[in-house]
Amino acid sequence: MDHKLRYYLEIADNAFILSHRLSECSSNGPFLEEDLANTNVALDLIGLAESLYNEAALIEGKGRTGDDLAYRRDESSYVNAILVEQPNTDFAFIMTRQFFMDTFNYYFFSKLANSKDKFLQALATKSLKEVTYHLRRSSEWMIRFGGGTETSKEKAQHAINSLWRYTEELFKPSEADLALREIGVSVDLDTIKSRWMQKTSEIFYLSHLSKPENEFQLFGGKDGRHSEYMGYMLTEIQFLTNKYPEATW
Amino acid sequence: MKSLKLTSMKNNETQGPVWEVFIQSKPGQPYKHAGSVHAYDKEMAIENARDVYTRRNEGISLWVVPAEAIVAVSSTESSAFFEPADDKIYRHPTFYNLPEGVKQI
Repeated sequence: MDHKLRYYLEIADNAFILSHRLSECSSNGPFLEEDLANTNVALDLIGLAESLYNEAALIEGKGRTGDDLAYRRDESSYVNAILVEQPNTDFAFIMTRQFFMDTFNYYFFSKLANSKDKFLQALATKSLKEVTYHLRRSSEWMIRFGGGTETSKEKAQHAINSLWRYTEELFKPSEADLALREIGVSVDLDTIKSRWMQKTSEIFYLSHLSKPENEFQLFGGKDGRHSEYMGYMLTEIQFLTNKYPEATW
Repeated sequence: MKSLKLTSMKNNETQGPVWEVFIQSKPGQPYKHAGSVHAYDKEMAIENARDVYTRRNEGISLWVVPAEAIVAVSSTESSAFFEPADDKIYRHPTFYNLPEGVKQI
């Protein structure tokens, strides 16, 4: 696969799958304001994914559309990190997963705004404003969990312990990523990792939460090997295109 | 969504206190009351206000105020407060001629 196409899909799939997870919460939020805030983030992310899929379809040049890329691929063709497909176990999980991704996205798009690829550069500059807000919101929730009640702190720590094992994958570059780094298109994930570690430690410190002692990490999503949740999720995502292949909207 | 277990939070008492939201639409314009939101703290209040009331370019600035900090005239007091002004039409500056070029005073 073309390196650029692959790199576009990595960014798009992360946004698309996370957006779907958030959209599952729509109308299930703990109260109206939180429901809207969550859905807003889902909308920002699907907007981001859409422009990347459309551009990726042009790069591919095989007559597929952005929608085809989003809705008509099989599980092993999706190259999102395993973290974003993890289920909405409870509100602490939703927000911790979001905090991990928002922190990543914030530093990632800050760097991508200097990409030599004009499209990625413009996209990153635009997304950065949205992502800055997402990060502000999710980090404040982490602090609120930690400083809230015993239960909220316990739930947040449990979510951190359960999701930490999927975080290292965010910083593991694919072959395409490394090749594009040579020509200044992609972002050096090592730099992002050190910033990410710094930010998460800072927020953990403020929240009286901590990173788990167990350093075990799981990989695979970026190579198309997903967790058991991905198949069910795709069944739901692709339901409409599978049942009504000619549907338009 | 089967995996979502938020039902225990679907209770009015867990929404936090009410905050009143004021939006400024343009620089220099007064802040106007837009509605209210629930939130546990200041940060959450301003973010909820942003997400609920400014998604469609409604404004460039926001205030949130704890609803309990607002002092209001009760409806029973309303006549004593406002009716004495009813018959004092001369207090309106409508008898002046506006200088040319002035759009608003």
